Amino acid sequence: MNGSAVADPLASNLVSEGRPCHFPDPSRGFKCALGRDLPDNGVVSASPALVLILFPFSPVPDVPLHFQSVSELAALLEAKTITSVELTQAVIARTQAVEERIKAFNSYDAADALAQAAASDARRAAGQALGPLDGIPIGIKDVIAVTGQPLTASSKMLANFVSPYDATVTQKLKKAGAVVWGRLNLDEFAMGSSTENSAFHTTRNPYNLDCVPGGSSGGSAAALAAGEAIATLGSDTGGSIRQPAALCNVVGLKPTYGLVSRYGLIAFASSLDQIGPFTRTVEDAAITLQAIAGHDERDSTSVKIEIPDYRTALKTKKGPWRLGIPKEYFGEGLDPEVASAVEKAISYYEKLGCEIKNVSLPHTEYGVGVYYIIATAECSSNLSRYDGIRYGHRTADAKDIVDLYFKSRAEGFGPEVKRRIILGTYVLSSGYYDAYYLRAQKVRTLIRQDFLNAYNEVDAIITPTTPTPAFKRGAKADPLAMYLCDVYTIGANLAGLPGISVPCGFSSGGLPIGMQLIGQPFMEADLLAIANAYDSAHNWGRRTPEL
Amino acid sequence: MKYEAVIGLEVHVQIKTHSKMFTRVAAGYGQPPNTLTDPVVLALPGVLPVMNKAALDAIIKAGLLLGCDIAPLCKWDRKNYFYPDSTKNYQISQFDQPICLNGSVEIELPGPARNIQGEHKSIALTRIHLEEDVGKLNHGAFDSLVDYNRAGTPLMEIVSEPVIRSAEEAYAYLTSLRATMIYGGISDCDMEKGQLRCDANISIRPVGQTELGTKVELKNLNSISYVRDGIAHEIKRQIAVVESGGVIVQETRDFDGQTGTSHSLRSKEMAHDYRYFPDPDLMPVKVDEAWKARLRAECPELPFAKQTRFQADYQLPYTLTSVLVWDRALADYFEEAAQLAGPGKAQAVGNWIVNDLLRELGAAKLDLADSKVRPSHIAELVKLIDAGTLLTNAAKEVFIDMAATGETPAAIVAKKGLAAAPTDTAELEQWCRDAIAANAKSVAEFKAGKESAINGLKGPIMKASKGKANPKLVDETLRRLLAEA
Repeated sequence: MNGSAVADPLASNLVSEGRPCHFPDPSRGFKCALGRDLPDNGVVSASPALVLILFPFSPVPDVPLHFQSVSELAALLEAKTITSVELTQAVIARTQAVEERIKAFNSYDAADALAQAAASDARRAAGQALGPLDGIPIGIKDVIAVTGQPLTASSKMLANFVSPYDATVTQKLKKAGAVVWGRLNLDEFAMGSSTENSAFHTTRNPYNLDCVPGGSSGGSAAALAAGEAIATLGSDTGGSIRQPAALCNVVGLKPTYGLVSRYGLIAFASSLDQIGPFTRTVEDAAITLQAIAGHDERDSTSVKIEIPDYRTALKTKKGPWRLGIPKEYFGEGLDPEVASAVEKAISYYEKLGCEIKNVSLPHTEYGVGVYYIIATAECSSNLSRYDGIRYGHRTADAKDIVDLYFKSRAEGFGPEVKRRIILGTYVLSSGYYDAYYLRAQKVRTLIRQDFLNAYNEVDAIITPTTPTPAFKRGAKADPLAMYLCDVYTIGANLAGLPGISVPCGFSSGGLPIGMQLIGQPFMEADLLAIANAYDSAHNWGRRTPEL
Repeated sequence: MKYEAVIGLEVHVQIKTHSKMFTRVAAGYGQPPNTLTDPVVLALPGVLPVMNKAALDAIIKAGLLLGCDIAPLCKWDRKNYFYPDSTKNYQISQFDQPICLNGSVEIELPGPARNIQGEHKSIALTRIHLEEDVGKLNHGAFDSLVDYNRAGTPLMEIVSEPVIRSAEEAYAYLTSLRATMIYGGISDCDMEKGQLRCDANISIRPVGQTELGTKVELKNLNSISYVRDGIAHEIKRQIAVVESGGVIVQETRDFDGQTGTSHSLRSKEMAHDYRYFPDPDLMPVKVDEAWKARLRAECPELPFAKQTRFQADYQLPYTLTSVLVWDRALADYFEEAAQLAGPGKAQAVGNWIVNDLLRELGAAKLDLADSKVRPSHIAELVKLIDAGTLLTNAAKEVFIDMAATGETPAAIVAKKGLAAAPTDTAELEQWCRDAIAANAKSVAEFKAGKESAINGLKGPIMKASKGKANPKLVDETLRRLLAEA
């Protein structure tokens, strides 16, 4: 536990000294402990009473452990009010209670989690607690390697694969004392925006079980929203953290490319993939990022830079900021309720004294096209290793080596993965490389330049995270319609920039809405501070679904 | 019709590093199958490559030794193909920007006789690039097994221009290239261990034609001699095909060095589209002038330069230098011994090394480094002979003892009482006078200027002395008496 932590969050969060409430207080409806109405009190709510019907909060005055934030629980653990075993038991119990409906996990190992929790408690008893994550159960997307645990990528190809090694982020979480908890569902090999492409099952959106949680890190977002973990890790190649975060009312951060090691992350598209946290608050995102960021000698694309104290930066970086609104992100296809929620968030920043500027990212329209060339090209090569020779699915009857490859891969991969491998193989083929891959790389450079030009004028860019709130399962059978879910998030991946989705309200149908903030390279401290200025005043992410 | 061959060689050389090209697991040979592996070598889900800088150092050094242009950026590409010897089903290699471009290999063609230096020629290189080696397949009757110990070993591919014209030139090219790599400490180039492998692209055309013929790739040339034999065989085969009205088919052929025959492996229709693209897992590495300068400073003198210097500085004959300079350790050994022996004794030192030491090492199957005979021993031996303390026959005995015990020549001479007897100058002078009297013809020839005629007088003297006369003293005495006469 570091020195800046609040000793008693229950006491400090409710006092009116400029520090906003950290969890909802049902008796006050949408009023905050500051004693005034929030600038935007829900998108559609005419009255607090109506909202209360739509989003009934826990009837008990205390938020159950499984819905508390990392920062709150860290304080409780430090004060020895609770133990990690109690907390982990609470999370396991909650998981057992709701998982049948949510289906966020591919697997979890309760005994292993409790053993880690007991070790954390022993450390703490010996006065050797490791920091704010010590004893906190953190769920892991099932593309990130954990020694001795399954690593399936939600694919039949790896259904029986158990990792013999830890990803660097896993090692870092373990060093920070976290309880590494559960294997979270995703679209097969992180290819998709709904978890419907999982070979095992589709995860449900905790706010509406008929809706998808988004994807590809849908399990990570849904588990957190449903109280099945205190924080989770996901990976983001074109929006796979931010999009499900927006759809499940949680904070999702995709760091700058190169800030977090990719070693041990099953590669989808190497030049776009980045691991990042899902949390209930921006402050929790800062705490979790702190643990996983930093250069790794096992990943040549991880960058050697000084890692600042992100949590402290939330307090020290106060703005006012210059925020850019790109017109290309507020055009056709944007749901009016989403637009309205994001515009309200923007007007809040304006009230804080921020300068709101219109900016242009003129190459935005090429983003999805460029993405589906580069990402598929890289994945066609990255997924070649799944051949049934050394591990993974191998066909039962193969005549010869070529037959073994064909059948093992035909049986092991699902349709979306095959589609992308075929696309990627095509764009890299002799005679097509220059027209597709090389040109896409050039346009990618232009897209990055768009952002860098904008950052001459603004500190960050605000956009909706997704065009619409969560959609029904099966609603987007057309792959192209599904690809457009990531239209606002892809730019940050192509440009390698940090992006964060922050909950900013609900639709009239009771579905969460997220706002995206895109920051400058390796300036996560600033991005988090900007996001926190809104999040700590609104705390949409502290609302919980009725399950 | 007369034909000329057009030959280009692709040589793969394993770089001698402690660990593999993109991970820390040890690189090595002869270990139990699949023990030199880790998650990266096995391409487990989620692993990433990280470049071994020592391998990049080595290839830059190789490029500098061969006069290549070194690219300012080391960039990596993926070569995609499915085969079980590759764990990722792509090989990390260099496609459009090899680290070394141009350069050449100096070769010496066979001279008119063994003791006469042959013509030198420069074989131009196209490029040298760095990549990772693949695993090894072992095909059984019912299954195939794969061993990934070799997979991921740093590998250089050295591509020559198609300027080699004969099997002999190819042989000389590989000999010189191999020596250069060993000299630079880049590889041990043991072909039996697969540290150096060679594929040859061969075509023929009528002399005078500029257009190239259809090329055939020859694989599995497992020794430098097999390269020579395989190319010679292929040239003959192609000429025979053309002369009998046939057409050369573009194909890959396998040469069996044991039987001296070749057979077709595959034809061009099987050609791959490798779908090369820049490896997004590896950042390009800048190679600046300081980096190159550091490696240039480590570059050793190469065999041909050394040969020229040995001939000039030590007055060594070609036959000795042609043995000494091809092995860096042997050349260094010679220089150390020659320095210790002092001026005028280098040739004697060289003779002892080339004739006696190498024979002794061969008989005992020893490496030079393991021999008990050190350069100081050779120097001392030569000095004892020169001083007349040790006669030739006794010196041979001292050498054998020295090789067995590692004792100094002086100690062995003392131990065995091998010192030449103190010379009775009167007796020696009488033997000389007798020899001059009895060999008028030799005397006349010597006086007429035939220097070697003096040897005709030495034989009888040695016989009279039962081999114990000090050759140096005999020589001096004879010359004095002949001058007086």
